Amino acid sequence: MEFSQKLILIAPEILLFCGAVVVAVLGLSNSRGIRRAVPFVTALFLAGAVVGTVYVYRNEDALQASGLLFPRLGLFIKCLIGVAGIGLVALGTGTIDRTFENAVAAGRARFDPLRVIRGEYHAFFLLSIVGVMLICNATDLIWLFLALELSSLPTYVMVALSRSSRRASESAIKYFFLGAMSAGLFLYGFALLYGATGTLGFLEMRDVLTTMHQSPEGLPAIAILGMTLALLGIGFKIAAVPMHFYAPDVYEGAANHMTGFLSIVPKVAGMIAIIMLCGTFGWAEHVTFSPEGTEMIQEGLPAPVTAVLWMVAVLTMTLGNIGALLQTSIKRIAAYSGISHSGYMLIGVIAGTENGIDAVLFYLVAYAIGTLALFGVLSGLSRAGHEVESLEDLAGLWRRRPRMAAALALAAGSFVGLPPLLGFWGKLFIFIAGVESGHIVLVTIAAVNSAISAWYYLHIAGVPIVKMTTPRSEALTPQPNGSPRVVACVAGLALLIVPIFSRNIYTFARSSMRYGELTLPVEDATALVDPDTKKTPGPEEDPPEED
Amino acid sequence: MLAACFLIIPLVTAIIIGLAPSRAARWIGLLGGLATLGWGIVFAILYPYWSQVPVEGGELAQYWPTEDTWNIVPLFGIELELGVNSVSLLLVLLTCLFAPLTVTASFTAITERVKEFYIWLMIMTASVLGVFIARDVITFYTCFEVSLIPGFFLVAIYGGPDRREASFKFFIYTFVGSIVMLAGLVYVVMEFAAYEGGWLPETNGGVNVWDIDALVTFARSFLTPTEQAWVLLSLMIGFAVKVPLWPLHTWLPLAHNQAPTAGSVNFAAVILKLGAYGVYRFVIPMVPEAVVEWAPFIALLAVIGIIYTALVCWAQTDIKKLIAYSSISHMGFCMLGLFALNPIGAQGGILYMITHGLSSGALFICIGLMYERHHVKDLDRIGGLFKTMPVWSFFMLVFTFVAVGLPGLAGFVSEFLCLLGTFIASDPTTGGYPGMLGPWFGIIAGSGLILGAIYMLYMVGRLLFGPEQIPEHTESHEGHRLPTDLNLREILTLAPIAIICFFIGIYPTPILKALEPASEHMLTGYPAAIAAHNATADAEDSKTTTIDGQTMSFVTND
Repeated sequence: MEFSQKLILIAPEILLFCGAVVVAVLGLSNSRGIRRAVPFVTALFLAGAVVGTVYVYRNEDALQASGLLFPRLGLFIKCLIGVAGIGLVALGTGTIDRTFENAVAAGRARFDPLRVIRGEYHAFFLLSIVGVMLICNATDLIWLFLALELSSLPTYVMVALSRSSRRASESAIKYFFLGAMSAGLFLYGFALLYGATGTLGFLEMRDVLTTMHQSPEGLPAIAILGMTLALLGIGFKIAAVPMHFYAPDVYEGAANHMTGFLSIVPKVAGMIAIIMLCGTFGWAEHVTFSPEGTEMIQEGLPAPVTAVLWMVAVLTMTLGNIGALLQTSIKRIAAYSGISHSGYMLIGVIAGTENGIDAVLFYLVAYAIGTLALFGVLSGLSRAGHEVESLEDLAGLWRRRPRMAAALALAAGSFVGLPPLLGFWGKLFIFIAGVESGHIVLVTIAAVNSAISAWYYLHIAGVPIVKMTTPRSEALTPQPNGSPRVVACVAGLALLIVPIFSRNIYTFARSSMRYGELTLPVEDATALVDPDTKKTPGPEEDPPEED
Repeated sequence: MLAACFLIIPLVTAIIIGLAPSRAARWIGLLGGLATLGWGIVFAILYPYWSQVPVEGGELAQYWPTEDTWNIVPLFGIELELGVNSVSLLLVLLTCLFAPLTVTASFTAITERVKEFYIWLMIMTASVLGVFIARDVITFYTCFEVSLIPGFFLVAIYGGPDRREASFKFFIYTFVGSIVMLAGLVYVVMEFAAYEGGWLPETNGGVNVWDIDALVTFARSFLTPTEQAWVLLSLMIGFAVKVPLWPLHTWLPLAHNQAPTAGSVNFAAVILKLGAYGVYRFVIPMVPEAVVEWAPFIALLAVIGIIYTALVCWAQTDIKKLIAYSSISHMGFCMLGLFALNPIGAQGGILYMITHGLSSGALFICIGLMYERHHVKDLDRIGGLFKTMPVWSFFMLVFTFVAVGLPGLAGFVSEFLCLLGTFIASDPTTGGYPGMLGPWFGIIAGSGLILGAIYMLYMVGRLLFGPEQIPEHTESHEGHRLPTDLNLREILTLAPIAIICFFIGIYPTPILKALEPASEHMLTGYPAAIAAHNATADAEDSKTTTIDGQTMSFVTND
């Protein structure tokens, strides 16, 4: 394949990379106005990347020749992460670096390029997003590893930068060491896979594994071990058991906007990596073609790997939900609830059928919007200069900020799966896919977990509305910058409205999962791709100042 | 659009309340409630199938209006379909009746967070109406779940001292139950889709796999007995919590007792009916073989519930709690009637939903009015109110008599039919619908009737005619100055319910006529299922119970 064609496919990433450089430089400017413009420039680059992605993916020839496992997967994921990224930028607007900026404005400190961090934060932000986007374009394990690391490494720095307290540094250290360990784990898995199959490319590896699987000897143990280690290691990114320990501590230590970032971006990255790896390892009911052009029906994931994933899914959702029941800090609840949602999504992965993966992609959209609403509220409010910590801080919110309380309630309702909110459809599709592929026990456990989670989500929705204002929550005031609250309102509204377009999202997800060799007829494919620009919902416009 | 107005009117009212100043909230709520009621009456007059003869085994053009479908969420072939049959229309009318009455009953009782209160009431009305007019699984489930939210907030914000526990218990119980129910329904839908060859109408020949009627028809004939048993279990877990069936009833006394008057009224009058309606709509028509197998067991739970809660009632001194427990006891009769599996019992069971809604709703309103005046609902601290509150006492007496089933009032007709249906349900030899229950169920449940009369009359006797005992008014409670006895607004709240109770009691024929085709439609496939069940039972044990058979044929031939 032509190198230039390969480059065309990653043009949006290149754009974002340039964006990272630009915002890093802009952040050092000694003009306050330019520094203030950094988030807007970041959002602008993200919007440009989304538009560019839609444009690039119309290039059918490049897609056909790309040698990707799922050539169209990138379109869905890049649009999702781009739009979610715009929301996440808006969450951080006005909170990053505020103390220093205020000090400069008040004349207490002189402007010092070494102390200003706004540009760095946004540059790392863009780099991490680039990493996620590049995962979709991975054709081999090396690329996948590099892209995963590119999406993770900046987050360690961002956690440390996010607020000037020791807890942020502490959680950054924790996050870094555990992240490095997980990287080692899945890199080891990759190495074993290479040893077993003699290739790094996804397509070749898939064919080798399929042949091995169908041979009388079956898969070698080393390949199965490699698969398991790779999946477990990447489980760190989605905070799946047993790599979930960091989540509550890191989420709690980071600033609210950063926690929102951590619960969306690495999760999308990990989920995509897992989907691509499982696609390589072989999924039941997916038809692929051998090099000679004959149809081969894949055997499905090897039984030990399915068993491991099964256990991981069950433990992840159960421990996540039980953990959340025991918390009072709303960020820790959010961390545990994020863990449990990874468990639900793994059901779709285990199901492995087309419906399952489409359901996972749909669920990611629902999860991202719900998380934006939740963290929009949390970062939009502060309590006497500190962050909102416990659930009790939010008591009586309904009387004073009804829109925030409503957004919180909508997010909680969507997470728990109350119809007709978006989360309900996500769960419904996941459950349908699970039962359809015969995993009734797994779906039953998920349903029980869903019921358990009602308890703490009900608290998140109920405490701000039901409880009267307490002296502690009296001190709750809105942040000076209104954009997080706008994100919360838009995302909350989206949870209510987007279900109407759920068919479009689902069709979009389906079109993105076609195999390279098994693409739709071209006219059909463009019909599916075409109406997509409006599909990934969220705060599209640059958030105006509220109040 | 005709049916959708039932959702639109209350929701628009809720929005207007939200925009208007809070002192106008109750008046707007009242107007909205009256508009809902008015639309219900118009709808009932327009409804063309009040006395339709069912087509034997065929598709019934029973649901009306037929064109109310929206393709808004067409994923997996999911469509929104609205429409009513005679049963659901009666329940819609019940809900519509209570829409304005709950507003007038809380006119002066609610003094804080007034706007939200009426908004929650309107959302509650809309969601419950949505359950009754739903024709597809997703709409049904959505409205079933959404009705929890206003219920939760009504209890949690405006409830009594234990409101936190009550509201959480209410929400969690029902939510857990309904998730299990959804799992069962989705399983059946998936089997249906697999059978038809796809989710979407385009791929499977125009079948909407989520349509309740199509689903029921499919499940009845194509699910294996084992599948039916699992589906029955999952559906019953969902609906039994709502009915509530012993031993899943424990959320109810707490929620009813802690809720504000309007909340209790809504719970008792309409929310409980969602469970029984689900049994009518899904459980019985969907899985006949499993129901035949398990009907005695479910009936046993109902009978235990009837007797147990009647005894619990006897020991209560808190009037509101007493009426809450009596609801459990009474809904047991409704379940017995439905699971008698013959048209008499089914009509009785369905009518029981209406009459119980009327009587228990009205009783909760009465207690609310008394509580608003005296701020006491403990039998040990209040009594002999007849002298000071004669008009209130009259209504209290009437509704108590409706609840205990005095002949000539609404309660009697339905209770009698339920018990009659249960009683005659054992005979396999007579034609028609030989059920699985029998005289023993009828006799034991009938003793619950006596217990019911005892505790209700004991309560009302002490409250109205016992030694006079009126607690001192404490200043802190005096928000509004109310007259000692009922004022015109309160009389107008209670009088319509009383008139309807009298009417149904004296002349129930039109309603029963309307219920006849629906109940026979519900029981399609039962004679066959029961015959098959009895045949296998006979094959296993060749001795048949001839004595029972002969005595009972006399009754059913009638």
